[in-house]
Amino acid sequence: MAKLLEIHNLRTQFRTSAGVVKAVDGISYDVEEGETVAIVGESGCGKSVSAMSILRLIPDPPGRIVEGSIHFQGRNLLELGGEEIRQVRGAQISMVFQEPMTSLNPVLSIGRQLTETICLHLGSSQEEATKRALELLGMVGISDAARRLKQYPHHLSGGMRQRVMIALALSCEPKLIIADEPTTALDVTIQAQILELMKDLSRRLGVALVIITHNLGVVARYADRVNVMYAGKIIEMGTAEQIYHNPRHPYTVGLLASVPRMDQHHGKRLVPIEGQPPDLTKLDNGCSYRPRCRWAIERCASEFPPLEGVGDNQVAACWRTQEMAELREEAS
Amino acid sequence: MSSAQPVAAATPGGFAKVEKGETLIEVKNLKMYFPVVEGILFQRAIAYVKAVDDVSFEIKKGETLGLVGESGCGKTTTGRCILQLEHPTAGDIVFEGVNLNGLDAKALSPVRQKIQVIFQDPYSSLNPRMKIGDIIGEPMKVHGIQPDAGGRRKRVAELLSTCGLDPAFADRYPHEMSGGQRQRVGIARALALNPEFIICDEAVSALDVSIQAQVINLLEDLREEFGLTYLFIAHDLSVVHHLCNRVAVMYLGKMMELADSDELFDNPIHPYTQALLSAVPVPDPTTEQQREHQVLQGEVPSPMNPPSGCVFHPRCPLAVDSCRLEIPPLEEKRPGHWVACSQV
Repeated sequence: MAKLLEIHNLRTQFRTSAGVVKAVDGISYDVEEGETVAIVGESGCGKSVSAMSILRLIPDPPGRIVEGSIHFQGRNLLELGGEEIRQVRGAQISMVFQEPMTSLNPVLSIGRQLTETICLHLGSSQEEATKRALELLGMVGISDAARRLKQYPHHLSGGMRQRVMIALALSCEPKLIIADEPTTALDVTIQAQILELMKDLSRRLGVALVIITHNLGVVARYADRVNVMYAGKIIEMGTAEQIYHNPRHPYTVGLLASVPRMDQHHGKRLVPIEGQPPDLTKLDNGCSYRPRCRWAIERCASEFPPLEGVGDNQVAACWRTQEMAELREEAS
Repeated sequence: MSSAQPVAAATPGGFAKVEKGETLIEVKNLKMYFPVVEGILFQRAIAYVKAVDDVSFEIKKGETLGLVGESGCGKTTTGRCILQLEHPTAGDIVFEGVNLNGLDAKALSPVRQKIQVIFQDPYSSLNPRMKIGDIIGEPMKVHGIQPDAGGRRKRVAELLSTCGLDPAFADRYPHEMSGGQRQRVGIARALALNPEFIICDEAVSALDVSIQAQVINLLEDLREEFGLTYLFIAHDLSVVHHLCNRVAVMYLGKMMELADSDELFDNPIHPYTQALLSAVPVPDPTTEQQREHQVLQGEVPSPMNPPSGCVFHPRCPLAVDSCRLEIPPLEEKRPGHWVACSQV
């Protein structure tokens, strides 16, 4: 499959009174056409900022993309002018945000928000746009679409609003949809509806998905490939099977051990990761996971380990990644 | 069950001593209707939101009961009714043999020492203008335990280290701490009065996975150490399965199913519970591929105008005509496994 998106050495920083926050610190990954890539990590690890950087939605000041390249279908998005990037946003790459309550404009009707995008990017007439809007609402499973077009966001429930967001994201037939915690604010039965819908549409229309989430269950069910982030860096990449069955970075190992699982009998004690994520203004040259890592060695303090191949396209950034299987064995 | 006779006048001595394994708290036919009012001067109720509608359960001493359901199902309101933060419309809440409904503030004071709560949001549940030491010390001051400041300071230090925090945090403010640390402060505050019973209302929902595991382990340790009884209210079924002995599933103010944790998760009987469990993704791609995914259609109806009969019937795959008319009672379909469904 062809590469749709290629991110190389992306660095996004925020200048704050406390110092420079290295929110995204040199990440590289690809997204192929039609595939689903998950970016997993805990709050503050830079997963949202990395996604916002793709569409250049980082407010400057205080934020700034200081280095790297983002090639989308061969064009470097970081070199586009204001007008050019606006034509990419929504038309070729669109975004679904976490908060369906705040990401729709409360004073515009659903119909207006949908047709505005369609008219703008596809140059359709109002009539054509309305027809397309009706079709889109049907596609995302909203019944009684004609009435819904006249309604405002506050008339709709959270799940419905997220469906509208997805319709909006699909309206110009993008090649890539970035979904930033698309179901975190929703109940679990609605979460299942929305994710099934996104996955189904992605399959049918061949749209690639980048799903940003902290929910390891969602990743296991929907992602083809997984990027695990910690403190602004990608520390492990691989297929979902590789990451879950053979994690090669201590953080991934720790993360998996700390989730309570519904399919295991209750009473089994969780193994949390001790300590807290680091302050992103005070990172040194060593591995940022070192203070919480139970397998840290001296070398971890002086050098950040590079992403190293561990076979079959799986990579991990750890000096001891080759011994990880034995270390895990010992620990359990 | 024997100690669950309502007692009219409560004195601190009115509480029966409850041993491990006996009923500590019993909720009987609890109803909480919130009026929807119209008018500015002459307000009148035009409708009622039936947040909790005829819910009964009991919790034994030393046990953890999980209360799960989607937003708006009434799980938090149930907790607030037990805490007497709401005045229930009907029903009894019997704690250690004393019926809490209808007690005045003075009579409730000794009860409040025994029942504590941990809230969801570690950001809004701590007063930003108070130091951590004062936040944890205040309940002791209010209830006249440890009236002298020195003794309180000592006890606060003790509680902080019990909850895995540095005692020096007593002099800090909430904004100087992370979410996980704040939640530990909330737990220390709940422990300050040596309670019997703690209601954890989404106590770990706002935390990141690695921090969440730390707090879950802490809650387990404290349960062991102090013989605590928990009502664990949460929407995350995996966490509930991990932490609870028994689990109650609520939907639109009604209890749908109640059983031992492993039994409920292995053999869910109610169609709602089945759909709920199948909607939760398991963190294992191989298991996920083999699992059946039953996606529930539609959304939760408004509790202001709940469906007639069984409240779940509009979304239920098993619904028949009679479900529209009759409210199914909660019946014991297997030993200790209660289900409110006429079709199973």
